[in-house]
Amino acid sequence: MTELHHLTLAELADGLRSRQFSSVELTRHFLARIERFNPALNAFVTVTAEQALAAAARADEQLAKGGAGGLAGLPIAHKDIFCTDGVLTTCGSRMLSNFVAPYDATVVERLAQAGTVMLGKANMDEFAMGSSNETSWYGPVKNPWDPSKVPGGSSGGSAAAVAARLAPAATGTDTGGSIRQPAALTGLTGLKPTYGRISRYGMIAFASSLDQAGTLTVTARDAAMLLQAMAGFDPKDSTSVDAPVPDYLATLEQPLEGLKIGLLKEFFESGLDPANEQLVREALKVYERLGAKLVDVSLPNLPLSVPTYYVVAPAECSSNLSRFDGVRFGYRCENPVDLMDMYKRTRGEGFGAEVKRRIMTGTYVLSAGYYDAYYLRAQKVRRLITDDFARAFKEVDVLMGPTAPTPAFDIGAKVDDPITMYLNDIYTIGANLAGLPAISVPCGFMSGLPVGLQIIGPHFAEARLLNFAHMYQRETEWHKQIPRGYE
Amino acid sequence: MKWETVIGLEIHAQLSTKSKIFSSAPTAFGAPPNAQANLVDLGYPGVLPVLNREAVRMAVKFGLACNATIARRSVFARKNYFYPDLPKGYQISQYELPIVAKGKLDIVLEDGTRKTIGITRAHLEEDAGKSLHEDFQGASGIDLNRAGTPLLEIVSEPDMRSAKEAVAYMKKVHTLVRYLDICDGNMQEGSFRCDANVSVRPVGQKEFGTRCEIKNLNSFRFIEKAINYEVARQIDILESGGKVQQETRLYDPDKGETRSLRTKEEANDYRYFPDPDLLPLVLDDEFIETVRGTLPELPDEKAARYIEKFGLSEYDAGVLTSSREIADYYETVVAALGGNEKLAANWVMVELSAALNKENLEITQSRVDAERLAGLLKRIVDQTISGKIAKEVFEQMWAEGKDADAIIEAKGLKQITDTSAIEKVIDEVIAANPKQLAEYRSGKDKLFGFFVGQVMKLTAGKANPAQVNELLKKKLAG
Repeated sequence: MTELHHLTLAELADGLRSRQFSSVELTRHFLARIERFNPALNAFVTVTAEQALAAAARADEQLAKGGAGGLAGLPIAHKDIFCTDGVLTTCGSRMLSNFVAPYDATVVERLAQAGTVMLGKANMDEFAMGSSNETSWYGPVKNPWDPSKVPGGSSGGSAAAVAARLAPAATGTDTGGSIRQPAALTGLTGLKPTYGRISRYGMIAFASSLDQAGTLTVTARDAAMLLQAMAGFDPKDSTSVDAPVPDYLATLEQPLEGLKIGLLKEFFESGLDPANEQLVREALKVYERLGAKLVDVSLPNLPLSVPTYYVVAPAECSSNLSRFDGVRFGYRCENPVDLMDMYKRTRGEGFGAEVKRRIMTGTYVLSAGYYDAYYLRAQKVRRLITDDFARAFKEVDVLMGPTAPTPAFDIGAKVDDPITMYLNDIYTIGANLAGLPAISVPCGFMSGLPVGLQIIGPHFAEARLLNFAHMYQRETEWHKQIPRGYE
Repeated sequence: MKWETVIGLEIHAQLSTKSKIFSSAPTAFGAPPNAQANLVDLGYPGVLPVLNREAVRMAVKFGLACNATIARRSVFARKNYFYPDLPKGYQISQYELPIVAKGKLDIVLEDGTRKTIGITRAHLEEDAGKSLHEDFQGASGIDLNRAGTPLLEIVSEPDMRSAKEAVAYMKKVHTLVRYLDICDGNMQEGSFRCDANVSVRPVGQKEFGTRCEIKNLNSFRFIEKAINYEVARQIDILESGGKVQQETRLYDPDKGETRSLRTKEEANDYRYFPDPDLLPLVLDDEFIETVRGTLPELPDEKAARYIEKFGLSEYDAGVLTSSREIADYYETVVAALGGNEKLAANWVMVELSAALNKENLEITQSRVDAERLAGLLKRIVDQTISGKIAKEVFEQMWAEGKDADAIIEAKGLKQITDTSAIEKVIDEVIAANPKQLAEYRSGKDKLFGFFVGQVMKLTAGKANPAQVNELLKKKLAG
């Protein structure tokens, strides 16, 4: 018999439904793998074994009775950025190292209602600020493909957990590439939906106008299954969009004949490793074989993405993180002598270096006298980038390019060089600034490390992206690869 | 040198919505600390604000009532600063694009002239919580019940030239928000309070002087005192050759003075920016017109109607429309009485008002309600009792809570209007006072009053005064 962790989420769902195995068995299997592999990988901050087994038993009852939801009994991991009622929710920070959330995030609630079983909370860069999972208070996460490498970030714990098959799927969040870049670096399918497609309620905010929940899965079909449950308007989030949620599974296999793929000129021009480019070009050939047409597209303002992002995101983060003041919840310094001392030491001790760097940058760009030159100008450029994308989507159905400039890099290699670290997100940030959906799918290996192909679509074109990703995965085996030692 | 005072007010009116502006927690006053603060009000990680539609409706109502422009698109912004009773580390407010702009209100000055005060803007924002410094040794308590309560901040132009004008304007806005039913106007509980920007300049100078902002004035009396103190302080400084420092000051009602809270240099940089958690607030014409349809008759319109249709004086119309409750009471009396608006106005303004003042009651707490008062006035109109007797009856109604008719009946106060009965009394009086009669007839007209008094005395005041006058004149003439 195939090992349970070799199966995709879709296959596991079939197995549960046909009673080949129970959710309790499945959950035990993954909990055992977590116990065995997590100490080395550090993918989980919290493992909720007891609750998981109880939820699995309930799912089994439902499955036996019939009428269970499509995700009934499927174990998943949640990024530790999502509030989980009664469970430690750290956001990878010392600041929340004692924070037991009193409520469920909408994403957590919806996936629980659909029947999923939470295995635990996945490690992440502190407050989702990082591209390597090295900024976590709980220590770096290792890449299952090579433990000396980073898994990417900020959803690095989610990515490592799924890549090592410690969980069949995981949630993540993507503010500047935090789902797609780790997906690329660990050989997974990573979907960042349209801004507003999934509620942000209960997702601890980093940069509110950019943050978007999504999925890290083995296949595009698995992503479609999870998205189906997660998507939709939430009255608790004013920025969630009240648009109908299509049947994402129904359109997975639509032919790609005649569809137009725009190749982002700017993505292939600067800093892309030739071997990485070669793999992306190979993937494009697969699409040509499937009948899609390739068109060169230029987005002239796209190279301004990184500087624009590093004004907008820190500005919002500097304000969003003000609530962590030691007054009501979370970390508070020992024996403060007065209010100012409490603020200074609580925040000085509770936040790590990268978070402080961004708070300071953000505070600066919003300050009187600098607001126009930085924040306002960045917003204008953001508009130009959004317009560039809108113009491109009048010509093509999707845009394609690499997800990250390089495969996974060494732990510690860039940690002291924030600019180099920030450039990791050079290809992913554009979609966040424009609020567009994008997906990364594995498209090959460089020296044994996975590489991702990025597909970006117009607003609310998740079904089209999943369709493109799925059709590619029907033709290729890259996504089925499991890192050595975790088979 | 002669100095001119320049004042602008920022009024904070707490909107009387049931729930908070961005959360579903109730807004009622007086609950135990933190009992009315939910996760949104507490600024918990991951929570998001959702705008209360009712607060928007109330802000639009205010804008329409002061002839302002209602923004089709307004934006919520974050005002960032650290304070323990500000849970998120920022206050959600409106900054560059407020919901209401460019309005105006007329005030009436003491000499009866009208003056228009410009309203620069009115914007929606959330209130902060409270820091409690007593009762906690070496620490402070935080009560977040008030956090997230909706406020409408109404910013005036620097159009006022005296503390009295400032108070008149503040009262005008107070009356208006009560009429609109968007704020309970309770100044003691802080539902209606203001900050005053005060400066002075030599008469004739165009540029404004350096201003000071006086914070948190929560009574009409304090506003007047605080402004007058501040004006004197600034003139003192200038006349002794000094310069006024731009700063925020706090009024101390116990000492009757203002003192410095922070200077301009110590002021926060609030780092305002649009709140990415809330979409721009877009209002269409339909919504605005629907709100317009719910506007009540406003005090100025009401007063104009009283003057034109009821023939009241401008002063009386002003008093009777000074609060929605007084106007409602008055109009109920008029309706039940079927006219006689002047009689009703006099009674509400004189007898009723005196009775209320004596016990320090609001008109809504009156021991004689509008229907009962109308019942009494009916008896004056139909001449069952005289105005003088009516005052006695009113006193008993106030004390005993009974209808006028019951008291008139029980005490036999019904007016005598039977001509022969009155004539009989007059004859008796004339017969008993031959000396006075002779004097009267010899030209001492003043004695007429003496005869009237005698007749009224004998009838215990119940004889119809007009009839007594008429009949007495005839009989005395012989």
